Amino acid sequence: MSGIAMPEPDPRILARRDQIVAGLKEIVKGEGVIDSEDERRAFETDALTAYRRMPLAVVLPSTTQEVAAVLKYLNREGVPIIPRGAGTSLAGGALPQEDAVVVGVSKMARVLDVNLADRTMRVETGITNLGVSGAISHEGFFYAPDPSSQLACTIAGNIAMNSGGAHCLKYGVTTNNLMGVVFVTMEGEIVEIGGDAMDAPGLDMLGLICGSEGQFGIVTEATLRILPMAEGARPILFGFPSSEAAGAATAAVIGAGIVPVAIEFMDKIAIDICEDFAHAGYPMDAGALLIVEVEGAPAEIDEQLARIGEVARANGATSARQATTAAEAAAIWKGRKSAFGAMGRISDYICMDGTIPTGRLPEILARITEICDAAELKVANIFHAGDGNLHPLVLYDMNDPVSLAKAERAGEDILIACVEVGGCLTGEHGVGIEKRELMTTQFTEGELFQQMRVKSAFDPNWLMNPAKVFPLHMRGETRKAA
Amino acid sequence: MSDLIAPTDEAGVEAAVHDAMSSKTPIAVRGGGSRAGLGRPTQAARTLTTERLSGVTLLEPAELVASARAGTPVAAFEAELARAGQRLAFEPFDHRALYGSTAEPTVGGMVATNASGPRRVIAGAARDALIGVRLVTGRGETIRSGGRVMKNVTGYDLVKLACGSHGTLGVITEATFKTLPIPETELSLVWEGLDEARGVEALCAAMGSPFEASGAAHLPANADAPARTVVRLENFESQLRYRSGELEKLLKPFGAAARLAVDASRALWSEIREAAPLLGDGGRSVWRVSVAPSRAAALAGGLGALAAAHFYDWSGGLLWIAVEPSADAGAATLRPAVREARGHATLVRASDAVRAAVDVFEPEPPALARLSAAVTEAFDPAGVLNPGRMHVRH
Ligand SMILES: Cc1cc2nc3c(=O)[nH]c(=O)nc-3n(C[C@H](O)[C@H](O)[C@H](O)COP(=O)(O)OP(=O)(O)OC[C@H]3O[C@@H](n4cnc5c(N)ncnc54)[C@H](O)[C@@H]3O)c2cc1C
Repeated sequence: MSGIAMPEPDPRILARRDQIVAGLKEIVKGEGVIDSEDERRAFETDALTAYRRMPLAVVLPSTTQEVAAVLKYLNREGVPIIPRGAGTSLAGGALPQEDAVVVGVSKMARVLDVNLADRTMRVETGITNLGVSGAISHEGFFYAPDPSSQLACTIAGNIAMNSGGAHCLKYGVTTNNLMGVVFVTMEGEIVEIGGDAMDAPGLDMLGLICGSEGQFGIVTEATLRILPMAEGARPILFGFPSSEAAGAATAAVIGAGIVPVAIEFMDKIAIDICEDFAHAGYPMDAGALLIVEVEGAPAEIDEQLARIGEVARANGATSARQATTAAEAAAIWKGRKSAFGAMGRISDYICMDGTIPTGRLPEILARITEICDAAELKVANIFHAGDGNLHPLVLYDMNDPVSLAKAERAGEDILIACVEVGGCLTGEHGVGIEKRELMTTQFTEGELFQQMRVKSAFDPNWLMNPAKVFPLHMRGETRKAA
Repeated sequence: MSDLIAPTDEAGVEAAVHDAMSSKTPIAVRGGGSRAGLGRPTQAARTLTTERLSGVTLLEPAELVASARAGTPVAAFEAELARAGQRLAFEPFDHRALYGSTAEPTVGGMVATNASGPRRVIAGAARDALIGVRLVTGRGETIRSGGRVMKNVTGYDLVKLACGSHGTLGVITEATFKTLPIPETELSLVWEGLDEARGVEALCAAMGSPFEASGAAHLPANADAPARTVVRLENFESQLRYRSGELEKLLKPFGAAARLAVDASRALWSEIREAAPLLGDGGRSVWRVSVAPSRAAALAGGLGALAAAHFYDWSGGLLWIAVEPSADAGAATLRPAVREARGHATLVRASDAVRAAVDVFEPEPPALARLSAAVTEAFDPAGVLNPGRMHVRH
């Protein structure tokens, strides 16, 4: 097993397992309580698969009231709780621990209300991200945040992680598209926060809960902002001789007052791997490419792409290919959207998620190369260029513990470099267990204690997803801080 | 004003808060003071102003980011952004006209009150544009949250929490925003004579179209003018030609639209931005009600004579209501009606006495109020910053 530690399970809780399971079965009848080792195994990890912990039990309630009763019970019993959506967290956010009960919302996945005039939609949070847009696409509406994992990941997980996607340059991330939640507190109280009216006065608890990584309580319903679809959208693909040129072009496009829906970057290694997988027609002689997407009516798109093309050429673009058909557009995006999958076919990888001020791109790319060369690891860079969110994929061999350790180390060094140039450790995946120990590189101890006090305000006994986000060694000092 | 503390740096703010803690003397916090009439009156012997923490500290148009110290005048910040071709997309709401104030609105005050204007309907609120803050907490400690990059989920989002906290959690000393390029031009389409329900319907139809309306207001008829339903478009000139034509076609069922060219459009939206349609009688109390557009017209209609004047912004999602002055500014009638419509109401203008007597902000349900109180206590355990500004502290 690898480098990131988890707290020792509490033997007193382990000893009471049967009693706790029986208590849960009193609350959630039928198949909602998962007890057998075989079935629990499906919940022992998330998308950070190098880490696994068998949970004490798994509960899948069907109603908010059941969630409330479960939390009340577990809080009283002093049992840790791991909220779970689809388990696609790349940061280990949904990783269980042996003395904890996983509370999943996957059985709560209904659309409760759609109001096109108000441009709002109310859902149970176990619905998948794509399921939300799927329920309204025939009306010409969509839900904007679009993580690449959207087929599987849930709105619950999106809210907990404040997830982003390729199109958030224009439309913002989850927090900018979330209007309200039904939130179950540790004490089992059901609280409505926000709703279909904008900007509730009072402290912005909605904004605080979004991105709290499942450490405050369980979100069972959400009111989402939905948007009318653009008349059309079209990507264009630019090849550049170097990553530096692609970076400069990105800055120049935005500097020219054009904010496309998306600007995605890939370096040479990423191009090779994705092209091999998706046959998207990527320029194989390019050192880097940009996919730029704009929206509007056909003539509007032509005009915007002409402007963008001019800027790209002035910044050294050596090739430009506009999608002329829907199939071509899909092919251009397929390469990008399947990047992680394509990479997974050829190698194990860890996906980093730092953000940098976009002006520092050339410098940080050089630094990434240096770090990975020194560790004798390959790295492919995929990057939401418009907003500075980097996804370097550090390739390693899962069967070789030394290689994994090296990759984790290199990943950490990359993130530290992001912080050093004025960026941050994570742009959209969250801290989870993965970046927990690095938090001290971005924040002072005082800043972390202040965040921990906020957790204590919701969860005084630190039962809710407790081993995430904050360095383990600081945990003992929480009470002192609070 | 001997009791005005005006620190010139963060250390000075920290010292003032420490002093307040040790002497158990709460302090009121303000920027320029142009929004002093917002919130419950604070009982504090001393006032701390951020006025002297001034200056734009970062401006990177190619990265869509800018920072300013809290005391920077909003006007100066916006002017500097404009020189770089950028703006604050949420179109900061200006409270001066409402309060008849000549004080200078500051960046810190704008953030502390989440002061968003008409464009909020498409571009998000101040809290959505805010990506980083520095604040001195009620413990006298300077903390940062967020940063200068627009995608950042590292640690809890205390940025959102600080925005709209009315100085109760900490003294904001610096704020960083996502900015957006200023569009080439704008125009507005105006439909005359629609009743309120139809007016809001027209606004919703516009917002539900792909043409990205950046303003959507309905100004009911008054003695001097017929009702006006106004939709703003901002973009490149060529796009506006196309989009305004399409929008007119789409909204044909609501009648023919008149056009306001760029200057007239700007003038009208700057009036809406300061709630000018309600300012006729300075003695009236003013409520700002947030409600789903589809329930807005019925809510306003149900208030009957209580509403001396009113208008709709945010596609009907924001209802501005002026009432004749009274001991509770009409709260006894208005609050239950707003609750029934599942909205929330803020009393933005009334005398100190009224604002001390009634809830200025929508009362929170008990469980939420407990969480809010616990969070406030995590930042300001001794209650030294703007005590009672948002809610009576128990
Ligand atoms: C191939 C791949 C691509 C990805 N692409 C993106 C991307 O483009 N952008 C992006 O942002 N992320 C991306 N991710 C990461 C991941 O999909 C997101 O973090 C997602 O939001 C997690 O959703 P989930 O339902 O799987 O949540 P889980 O993994 O189950 O849980 C995530 C976190 O949410 C908490 N949680 C879950 N449910 C609740 C609840 N009801 N109440 C409170 N807390 C809860 C959990 O405790 C955990 O901390 C990707 C992941 C993969 C595997």
